[in-house]
Amino acid sequence: MTKSSIQYKPTTKSKLYFDAKLTRNILEIAYTLIAGIFSLLAILPLVSVLTYVLIKGGSQINFSLFTQLPEPPGDDFLSAGGIGNAIIGTFIVTSIGALISIPIGIGGGVFLAEYSKGGNFSKFIRFGTNVLSGVPSIIAGVVVYSIIVTTGILFGASFSAIAGGIALSILMLPTVIKTTDEGLKLVSNELRKGAMAIGASRFVTITRITLPSAFTPIATGILLAIARAAGETAPLIFTGLFSFYWSNTPTSLLEPIASLSVLIYNFALEPYEAQNQLAWAASFVLLTTLLILNILARYLRRYSILEKR
Amino acid sequence: MNIKKLSNIDPKISIALENVTISYGKFIAVRNIYCKIPKGKVTALIGPSGCGKSTVLRSINRMNDLIENCSLKGRILFEGTDLYHPNIDPVEVRRRIGMVFQQPNPFPKSIYENIAFGARINGYVGDMDELVEKSLKQAAVWDECKDKLKESGYSLSGGQQQRLCIARTIATQPEIILMDEPCSALDPISTLKIEETMHNLKKRFTILIVTHNMQQALRVSDFTAFFNAEKEAGGDGGKVGYLVEFNTTKKIFNSPLQKATKEYIGGKFG
Amino acid sequence: MRKGLNDLYLLRSRSKSEKFVDKGFKTLAIGMAAMVAIVLIAIIIVVIFGAKESIGKYGLNFLVISEWNPVTDRYGAFTAIYGTLLTSLASILIAVPIGVGTAIFITEDILPRKIRDFIGILVELLAAIPSVVLGLWAIFVLEPFLRPMLTSVYNTLGWIPFLGTKPIGPGIAPAIIILIVMILPIITSISRDSLNQVPNTLREAAYGIGATRWAAIFNVLIPAAISGIAGGVLLALGRAMGETMAVTMIIGNSNNFSWSLFSPGNTISALIANQFGEADGTQVSSLMYAALVLMFLTLAVNVIANLVVKKLSLKY
Repeated sequence: MTKSSIQYKPTTKSKLYFDAKLTRNILEIAYTLIAGIFSLLAILPLVSVLTYVLIKGGSQINFSLFTQLPEPPGDDFLSAGGIGNAIIGTFIVTSIGALISIPIGIGGGVFLAEYSKGGNFSKFIRFGTNVLSGVPSIIAGVVVYSIIVTTGILFGASFSAIAGGIALSILMLPTVIKTTDEGLKLVSNELRKGAMAIGASRFVTITRITLPSAFTPIATGILLAIARAAGETAPLIFTGLFSFYWSNTPTSLLEPIASLSVLIYNFALEPYEAQNQLAWAASFVLLTTLLILNILARYLRRYSILEKR
Repeated sequence: MNIKKLSNIDPKISIALENVTISYGKFIAVRNIYCKIPKGKVTALIGPSGCGKSTVLRSINRMNDLIENCSLKGRILFEGTDLYHPNIDPVEVRRRIGMVFQQPNPFPKSIYENIAFGARINGYVGDMDELVEKSLKQAAVWDECKDKLKESGYSLSGGQQQRLCIARTIATQPEIILMDEPCSALDPISTLKIEETMHNLKKRFTILIVTHNMQQALRVSDFTAFFNAEKEAGGDGGKVGYLVEFNTTKKIFNSPLQKATKEYIGGKFG
Repeated sequence: MRKGLNDLYLLRSRSKSEKFVDKGFKTLAIGMAAMVAIVLIAIIIVVIFGAKESIGKYGLNFLVISEWNPVTDRYGAFTAIYGTLLTSLASILIAVPIGVGTAIFITEDILPRKIRDFIGILVELLAAIPSVVLGLWAIFVLEPFLRPMLTSVYNTLGWIPFLGTKPIGPGIAPAIIILIVMILPIITSISRDSLNQVPNTLREAAYGIGATRWAAIFNVLIPAAISGIAGGVLLALGRAMGETMAVTMIIGNSNNFSWSLFSPGNTISALIANQFGEADGTQVSSLMYAALVLMFLTLAVNVIANLVVKKLSLKY
């Protein structure tokens, strides 16, 4: 090699072939193995949770599970009834949350992406959105409890479906704003300029051009937000509370309401086998629904990527 | 560990491509290349875009391994050793055949570390400060860098960054340096500096350079390989690259044997 | 202008109603955006207002008193704060190598792309499991599975104060494990995104000078992606601090302070979840004070996360 003082260890002597005994190659394999083991560790809990929920919950699925009401412990040691009202309750509370957070969130996202020019107000809103998404969900429950449940501000109602929905909407709001903001930013500026250039107003440009082109990413984000809210428990335990009855009249929106997640929480901690079993059954229903929603969102996202190409 | 050695190794030949065909999935990029790259010389690879010259260059130090569906048929011999033999360690190949890329790509580290990192992983045990200085001098960026060795490689201009990348490659003391259009992202003055650097380097290294710039090929290279691409009869419409002509640069530019070479060079200059 | 243009294009001069809609829409959007600020401010006011009594009574001592006694009406949040910090930090410490390792495993070309993508999807689906279901799993599957192992650790290393109680059921250790499960997907998916964003030219540069795969990963790819990874880790830390349900279900909800990982403990969010429904008077106020501490902690982590991401971002 060169005659200068620059010297290399005589690895260059080797004739290019792969030498498994080299420290470097042993380390390579070791690191790869460790990373592989870590990946296995990461998916192990998912596999375990899915298996148990499938076996312990799935085995109890029958028609009466969906039509009966849950029973408080002590009445009947063999059966804890069904989860019919909890399924409906989760649907109602999540819908209320979505109905509140989607229009506000899309409006806020539209403001951030289309109107704001990077001033202090929009900076504050962006920061606030970040902070809000970091607020622990239990605190949303505590706050809604203090503002709505204890004051009876909603027609004198205390624990109610609406209070639960409001608590969930606080958690969904930042996600909806962020996905709308980011979705709209993906829309090419040329499209915006084109619409402006033919004399479309801001309103028409946004509602007819940019929002529709950003439909799939926004829909994906909203779907994920709904899926997350539907599984939330902490905001509901002091707001929607729980109920052993059907919520089937309009006034039941102002009454405590059952939900799958709170049912799981309450019944998991009961010392009675039948109630524990019902918690597993409820987990099966909840988890299947959420996984379907997530896979749907994933499919939507892939579809939108294909569309862009 | 049975790596075939050819009995008739020509000490003047560094790289020999024997019937090399490279494809991306089903799509064939270049086919049936035969070529012998002389040792200690600068060889330019020229041709229209899409003719596969970069693909050929990247196959020589097995950079194409990083592309998932890229496959190679035929043999590439480096001093008689088949680089695509299953027992070959691609890491070792890249330590002996370095590469400078189209876009300057310094590491997000200090200038000093950019040089030292490569030397260290190649097991360099000498004086690191000396090596850094020497490599930067050889790559003709020492003057611009000497006062800010601790600063990020990104604090340099594009042309300086590219010479830093050359210095980084020199520091690992490869036997061959592959350059993939090293000046295409640079301004004329930086280009000129890089070409001067190459003149200094060709005393110590075998250099292969892909370039779009005919004048550059003429200025820096001793040998030139002209590639072209054509639609295959019966193919699916994609263009397939092939080697048209390989000769000394003088011959390629003054009296090419093939009509296609003549037309291409005539068109580029005319 | 040609004659009659205004007769053919009736809206050339914009009508009042159109202008009104345009303007109204903008105002509406601003109003919706302002809702974020209103909600945030409402949260802060409610929590501070609610905590006022307890702040006045205990001041900063609240943070260091470990007694939480509704009978004598004396409250201090040290046990819960210790639990929150211990569980979140310990879970981060373990989840970071696993999460980043997984992210590397599924971004580098170690396995065929289809298998890697599948692992990635599985890890992301883990994030879709509601915390209450993980809690159920922790009670009936994880904790019984862990107990013999923890017991043998206790039998050999029980002289260390942090391991000095016999594992008998719910406790801090299983809570840490369940938190790891919950934050792994966050760390993995953010690290994965950051690693994917590292330009391929850097990868090529590293391989081009003869770096092995892991030399490239440790020396080039991870340093280039570090801002994103660090941001993800801090986000996960914030999530771990605020996580409620699964932790409440498995940590034992004990307000008796113990250093030990194997003893039952509490976190701020678990404390609130357990007691808020039945509390009154000073207890409510003290729970609000605890909520304020929790909010402050998560806010601080979020702000630091933003700063770190800015500070560490490299341009390339």
